[in-house]
Amino acid sequence: MADFAMPQRVLPMTGFHGGSSVVRLEPAAPAGRISLRAKAEDVSALSGSLGVDLPTRPKTSASANGRTALWLGPDEWLVIDESESGLMTAAANSGVLHSATDVSHRNTAILISGPGAEAAINTGCPQDLSLSVFPVGACSRTLFGKVEVVLMRTGEEAFRMEVWRSFSDYAFGLLSEGAKDAAL
Amino acid sequence: MLLIHCPYCEEDRSELEFRWAGEAHIARPENIAAISDEEFAEFFFLRNNEKGLTYERWRHIHGCGRFFNAARDTVSDRFLMTYKAGLPKQPIPVASKAAAIAEEKTVETWEATEGDAR
Repeated sequence: MADFAMPQRVLPMTGFHGGSSVVRLEPAAPAGRISLRAKAEDVSALSGSLGVDLPTRPKTSASANGRTALWLGPDEWLVIDESESGLMTAAANSGVLHSATDVSHRNTAILISGPGAEAAINTGCPQDLSLSVFPVGACSRTLFGKVEVVLMRTGEEAFRMEVWRSFSDYAFGLLSEGAKDAAL
Repeated sequence: MLLIHCPYCEEDRSELEFRWAGEAHIARPENIAAISDEEFAEFFFLRNNEKGLTYERWRHIHGCGRFFNAARDTVSDRFLMTYKAGLPKQPIPVASKAAAIAEEKTVETWEATEGDAR
C-alpha cells in the first residue's frame, strides 16, 4: 500500500524572526478566536457562558479562564481563547441572540515586546501608545501601515498585534523595519 | 494629520482611520415607489455641496466601524463637532463657531489669491 504523506500544519510566519536590541518580535502560538456581535441586553448572558466579562467601555479588554475579550465597537468583540477550543459552543450555549463567527484561522498574531515596542509599532500606527493613554489591557482596532490590525497592550512593554494571516508577512516585515529604527 | 473625535470611541483618532460617507440628515422617503422622478432625483442624486458649514456622515471604518455625524467647515477643513448617528441635527456650540469664523478669515482661498479678486 502506498504511503500517504501525513498532512502537516504549517503556520503563517513559521520560522520568522526579527527585532533589534530594543524590540523582540515573535509569532504568537495558534489560538481560538471568534468575532462576536450582540446587543447590550444580551451581553451579561454571553459573558456568563463564555466565562469572561465582555467589556462595555471603549478601548478596554477583559481576561479570565484563558480567554480574552477585546472591545472593538459598541456591539462587537474579538474573543481569543488560548486553548483553541470551545468558543463557538460556549457562545451557542448562551441562549441569547448573537452572531459569532469563528475567525481562528483568519487571524494570526505577532507578539512585540521590549523597551522599543511602542516606537516600533508607531512606525505604521497613528495611535498614541503612551502608557497614560493606552494603558495595560487597552485594545483597539486600528491601522498598521496599509493593513487593519487589532492592537492590545499586554504589559508595560509588551503588545499583541492581531492581523489577518495573509497580511502577516507584510506586518512582520514592517515591524522588523520599525524595530531597527527604534534601536537607532 | 487631522484628528477626528469619534463619539463611540470617545477620543480623538487619526483621520487615517475614518472614511467620508456623504451628506448627513437625508431622510429616505416613506414610500419610495410613490414619489415622482423629480422627487427621487432630489433625494437620491442632488446634494447641497455647501461651502462653509456642512453636516456630513463619517465612518470610523478602521476603528469601531460605526457611522456618525460631523459638522465640518469645508473651507478650513476644521471639524466643529461630531455626534452619534440617529441624533437630530445638533446646533454648533457658539464658542467653536466663533473660532471657526476667525479661522476662516485667515485661510487663503483660491478665490482670494487666484480668482477674480486677484
